[in-house]
Amino acid sequence: MTKFVDNIPEGPLADKWTKYKADAKLVNPANRRNIDVIVIGTGLAGGAAAASLGEMGFNVKSFCFQDSPRRAHSIAAQGGINAAKNYQNDGDSTYRLFYDTVKGGDYRSREANVYRLAEVSANIIDQCVAQGVPFAREYGGLLDNRSFGGVQVQRTFYAKGQTGQQLLIGAYQALSRQISKGTVTMYNRHEMMEIVKIDGKARGIIARNLITGEVERHSAHAVVVASGGYSNVFFLSTNAMGSNCTAAWKSYKNGAHFANSCYVQIHPTCIPVTGDHQSKLTLMSESLRNDGRIWVPKKKEDSQAIAKGEKTALDIAEDDRDYYLERRYPAFGNLVPRDVASRAAKERCDAGFGVNKTGQAVFLDFSDAINRLGKDAVEARYGNLFQMYEKITAENPYEMPMKIYPAIHYTMGGVWVDYNLQTSVPGLFAAGEANFSDHGANRLGASALMQGLADGYFVLPYTISNYLADDIRTGAISTEHAEFEKAEKAVKDRLDFFMDNKGSKSVDYFHKKLGKVMWEKCGMARNKKGLEEAIEEIKAIREEFWKEVKVPGVQNSFNQELEKAGRVADFIELGDLMCRDALSREESCGGHFREEHQTTEGEALRNDEDYTYVAAWEYKGDNETPELHKEDLKFENIELKQRSYK
Amino acid sequence: MSNSAGLFSSSLGRKYLMAITGLFLCSFLLIHLIGNVSLFTDPVQFNEYTRFMSSNPLIRIMEIVLVVGFLAHIIDAIMLTKANKAAQPVKYAMDKKKSTWYSRNMGLTGTIILAFLILHLQSFWYGYKFGDVAMTLDSSGAAIKDMYTMVLAAFSQSWYSAIYVVAMVLLGTHLNHGFQSAFQSMGLRHKKYTPAIKKVGTAFAVIMTLGFISFPIYFYITQL
Amino acid sequence: MAGMNLTLKVWRQNGAEDKGRIVEYKMSDISPDMSFLEMIDVLNEELIQKGDDPIAFDHDCREGICGSCSMYINGEPHGPEDLITTCQLHMRSFKDGDTIYIEPWRAAAFPVIKDLVVDRTAFDAIIQVGGYVSVNTSGNTQDANALPIPKADADAAFDAATCIGCGACVATCKNSSAMLFTSAKISHLALLPQGKVEAQERALNMVEKMDELGFGNCTNTGDCEVQCPKGISLDNIALMNREFLGASLKSEK
Repeated sequence: MTKFVDNIPEGPLADKWTKYKADAKLVNPANRRNIDVIVIGTGLAGGAAAASLGEMGFNVKSFCFQDSPRRAHSIAAQGGINAAKNYQNDGDSTYRLFYDTVKGGDYRSREANVYRLAEVSANIIDQCVAQGVPFAREYGGLLDNRSFGGVQVQRTFYAKGQTGQQLLIGAYQALSRQISKGTVTMYNRHEMMEIVKIDGKARGIIARNLITGEVERHSAHAVVVASGGYSNVFFLSTNAMGSNCTAAWKSYKNGAHFANSCYVQIHPTCIPVTGDHQSKLTLMSESLRNDGRIWVPKKKEDSQAIAKGEKTALDIAEDDRDYYLERRYPAFGNLVPRDVASRAAKERCDAGFGVNKTGQAVFLDFSDAINRLGKDAVEARYGNLFQMYEKITAENPYEMPMKIYPAIHYTMGGVWVDYNLQTSVPGLFAAGEANFSDHGANRLGASALMQGLADGYFVLPYTISNYLADDIRTGAISTEHAEFEKAEKAVKDRLDFFMDNKGSKSVDYFHKKLGKVMWEKCGMARNKKGLEEAIEEIKAIREEFWKEVKVPGVQNSFNQELEKAGRVADFIELGDLMCRDALSREESCGGHFREEHQTTEGEALRNDEDYTYVAAWEYKGDNETPELHKEDLKFENIELKQRSYK
Repeated sequence: MSNSAGLFSSSLGRKYLMAITGLFLCSFLLIHLIGNVSLFTDPVQFNEYTRFMSSNPLIRIMEIVLVVGFLAHIIDAIMLTKANKAAQPVKYAMDKKKSTWYSRNMGLTGTIILAFLILHLQSFWYGYKFGDVAMTLDSSGAAIKDMYTMVLAAFSQSWYSAIYVVAMVLLGTHLNHGFQSAFQSMGLRHKKYTPAIKKVGTAFAVIMTLGFISFPIYFYITQL
Repeated sequence: MAGMNLTLKVWRQNGAEDKGRIVEYKMSDISPDMSFLEMIDVLNEELIQKGDDPIAFDHDCREGICGSCSMYINGEPHGPEDLITTCQLHMRSFKDGDTIYIEPWRAAAFPVIKDLVVDRTAFDAIIQVGGYVSVNTSGNTQDANALPIPKADADAAFDAATCIGCGACVATCKNSSAMLFTSAKISHLALLPQGKVEAQERALNMVEKMDELGFGNCTNTGDCEVQCPKGISLDNIALMNREFLGASLKSEK
């Protein structure tokens, strides 16, 4: 078994990052312009990293598949960004943010990484304000905060319901500035297809120009994968349609370990699926649970009547309603954490109490709040969300309870990285949602934006410099190297295969099929039998995919089906790994719920004795079983406790 | 590009020029209308006003300024229109605009107004200066060109009066958009004042239109 | 519930060199609960099954924030409803038997790549010449609360900053003018003290770039404001006009 080198600096927790920065090797400004860095993805992590590395003077090549770096999916984050500023004087501190994040992650994250995240969180807010990010302010002109996701302090900075958009635009503007200065070369509508390794180090990528279809070689001294999460393995998720795992997956297949892939976050308040045509799920902010009450009918016949359209929620008498969260969790009620609320909804719907025609929806009812606070007060708090809901569903939530259902939202797992955010391949770094490092088994609300920007603005610039300091004599990496040739050929062969395959089924057919298996057997609740079945079913999907996939059009042109084919091929393989990871983790923690491991009351049951580790999987070959490596998690500052919301 | 020298070659510079010349031309319209009111009051007074306008040295200088204003407004409009056409070379098969017809057709209404202006100048300005104008007497008994009779004669023709009415209605739409648009172009926009500017613009457009069409209509009807 | 029958008239253009044409498709049994893009997904699935090339269109987040989707639907950018993007448009906005025209954004500065996909990198180019605050990343920029900003200014800056860069303003403008887009950025940054320092230089450079890229002029018809999915106001264009005038007069270049 590989010995893990996590490269965490020695010394007390609070001094580690300071010490690291003091000891880190630097690259002389004159040498930086001779060193190339490739950054894949232009979301908060990738955009911020490319901009910062460009400012330092490295020669950066930034890639995104979208038509502009401004469209990366970070833009869709709504709620806010956490930072330990303690502007509200409610006892917040770096340590408290660190503690909340580790606890929220169900004690499955690395202390040193999380502490660093909490430490730089305050810098992020300073940086963003300096960039002109228009955060919400109070009348005195100072920044406003809101509370979020069950923590006991107000530390969330926000810009209405569009915090992700504003932060991403900030990073995009910083990136644009570097593009105009010539330190960053932007490659939009380019898909990363393969990692190129020379002498064991990441030295470039093969990319496809999505407009011309041309396959290109790009070399660099280091490669950063900041390509986001893999929620779209479920087909239906709140992720953007183009969000994909390809860059992360190619990293894995080139020797980077893939960690904790079974940890996925399910958001309890999304708009339910209406039919088979559905392409995407829409999130409704978590804040709705502050005033909305969640219920289903007590009688199955009422649920069925509602599903058939014979009755509406208003026909169900108060006594016939089951406010199941309030019933099960009297202390937290409707405000239990995301995973708990999601599983409870699934439990009721599986038992036959769902309230729409698919049977997969519960009510989120504001009538009490409207009676108590008045319609105007509710409108002031949630007006824009209610409006969005009405646009999508054509139902007025002031009069009729909303229907909601959980949906896949975020993936905590990802490419394994050390303290430097470097993967197991030297020179290959992973940042943001693409890595596994900070959120453990469950991410707290408003922490995704924080991690993306922390990695991009404040961590990678130091750790990459430290790595590149040894590369100042390397000189330009030639794209004529045999490894480039080999990687390019593999990419072209795969493209040729797709174009030549005389299949009968579209890419989406396979994606939907995979998504269904993943959702049913590796979704909100998993069990051994289901996961074993899923592995077999995915194997069958994979075989069928390579036999029957049909890609129309031509290769050397704009071809969106061809793009999707490559992405889905990778998702199918990732789905298999996720099931293996979920199968091997015989406990329930955070976003991973194994039905075999629950308390008598149906709550998640962790097994700290045997599973306080990061499961990092190593690729062993296409038809080989991947190898599991365990990085033991040492908790020196925090005592492990069972979460309870009763 | 040198910014100050290039000010009027930039898209925004051209907008300022459009706005400034447009408002200047509005002031001319106002003066023109006020002067013409004497058509209704006293033929002698009108003829004397005409003589004053064509002989006073200050007015002559202003005439040149006016010509320059017109030319700038027209040339600027041609350049803008050309650039705008080039910016959208392919049109939609189906296009629904929510803006007003006249706001989108300032070029068209402007061109028609220009054509009218040529006709108008030919009839009255050229006719007065170089044509064969009958003579009459002013208030002191001296000889004076009888512009009043010339106007009456012109408006006795139905087609001629009709052209005036149509052109002035189009001028009204041109002003209705142009007046408030000039303020927007120069960046003079305010939550409180802009609605008022729009109302003033509409009122100005209506007054100009009604004022100017009152002459052909009145003289046409009274000469039936 | 019986679905709707529709006739689609879709712009098909196989690459930048192709002349392009409207092609008619008949759709049957379309659920009113579908989003507009899901309806296109259904059509594409049918086309793939028939061995035809599916319709290329930009789309990503499908929740109205990324700004990718860009269809001119029945004569309006993002379709008939106000304040939404194409991906938020649902089929219940149409009636059984409707004919729907679907065209790409039309502007010289947004050349068609394929079918309904256009190249909007001109927007990036405008931002690149000044749509930012010149501040480097560092761990020690001044404390975020060191500089209070009046709430009204912060809110106005936010409203301008909500632009998603979709290009609907350019698409609907009879002059394909990018003034609303450009002014939204100029305004967002000029309203904040952090951005004020470079405000005039920014206005000059961004306007110059906008002109150079072949966008048309503003004739104040107001179509952009009406069609903007985020309701970006013409106030921003007025502010840009002021900034640019001041900057041009002061500039020593």
